[in-house]
Amino acid sequence: MHEMAIAESILGIVEDAARAQGFNRVKEVRLEIGALSGVEPEALAFCLDVVLRGSVAEGARIEMERLPGQGLCLACGEALPVLARYAACTHCGSYQVQASGGTEMRVKDLLVE
Amino acid sequence: MCSVCGCGQSETEGHEHPHSHEHTHAEPHYHAHAGDLHYGLGPAHAHAPGMSEERLVRIEQDILGKNNAYAADNRQYFAAHGLFAVNLVSSPGSGKTTLLVKTIEALAGRLPVAVIEGDQQTSMDADRIRATGVTAVQVNTGKGCHLDAHMVGHALERLNLADDGLLMIENVGNLVCPAAFDLGETHKVVILSVTEGEDKPLKYPDMFHAADLMLLNKIDLLPYVAFDIERCLDYARRINPRLDILKVSASTGEGMERWLAWLAEGVDVASAARQRNVDLLKQRIAQLEAQLAAKG
Repeated sequence: MHEMAIAESILGIVEDAARAQGFNRVKEVRLEIGALSGVEPEALAFCLDVVLRGSVAEGARIEMERLPGQGLCLACGEALPVLARYAACTHCGSYQVQASGGTEMRVKDLLVE
Repeated sequence: MCSVCGCGQSETEGHEHPHSHEHTHAEPHYHAHAGDLHYGLGPAHAHAPGMSEERLVRIEQDILGKNNAYAADNRQYFAAHGLFAVNLVSSPGSGKTTLLVKTIEALAGRLPVAVIEGDQQTSMDADRIRATGVTAVQVNTGKGCHLDAHMVGHALERLNLADDGLLMIENVGNLVCPAAFDLGETHKVVILSVTEGEDKPLKYPDMFHAADLMLLNKIDLLPYVAFDIERCLDYARRINPRLDILKVSASTGEGMERWLAWLAEGVDVASAARQRNVDLLKQRIAQLEAQLAAKG
């Protein structure tokens, strides 16, 4: 999707934290990326490699925790795991499935020194 | 200085916006406490001379949190000024700018309209809009594939917007990225033309899911293209059961009245909400003045 912009937002969050908390080097960046967030982890890792160069987080290890997609069918009320975005309900076949989990894109924490 | 974010400049109309990303790696890594120098206060394994200790910093922040905060500011601005803000999204070549020009021409004298034009480069689209007599600001995103709320905030500073009007934001032609970036708009409107594939809603579901209204454009060309309109509408509603759909042709004007009515109704709702707020504030001021007078 727009992994370059996502990577730049992550850099912004890391730099704000570096200023606020006074650290000079980030060894690891831990992210939570939902399966339904539209972000391709491999593309994001590639963009981060480029974007983080020359920053406090240059060369940092990127840990991405993948959160599973979950949905709620508005037609039959069933809660179900969602593997692909906007897929039909596995119980009643309706497409009115609302994503209830797995859309997250968060910076969880940083290992710094 | 910019009131949107405190940055030095704005990036609209070709102005560079260099956010500096300067880092110094040269500072010595030590911590001074009451005159003492400690080269590393962490656990034993970190006690190498000149090395500081590792620590975990909790962040727990949405990656798009900053954009969403700017979007909230924009939304507040729109509400305070009674503006109906529409974010037009589509793939390149769907006829967005032509639709916009025809819409502005049709609304001339009926509603105050202003436009924010997003493109990677050139001010050609803003020039086309300005030729209609409407105020337009061009935002060049450079390498960016979408407008973000920060850019829109800067553009708002440059537009002299009348209250109780329509703001049209033409996003960068791209059916993917603009879906994720809230600009603070009242509605996203996705434009799909019949010269594209009818399966686009399934191929680019995020955008059709994020939109509240779909304009199926260039319907005058239906006799010349193999486009299954019913299948397209079915796919679009499968992705987004809430989606309103209008069939239009910007070049012949077919179906445009319903689109114009949709816009006019949106402006009515936005301006009525602003007026209600103003009335409530006036009542509150009158109450406070009465209280002050009673005490004086």
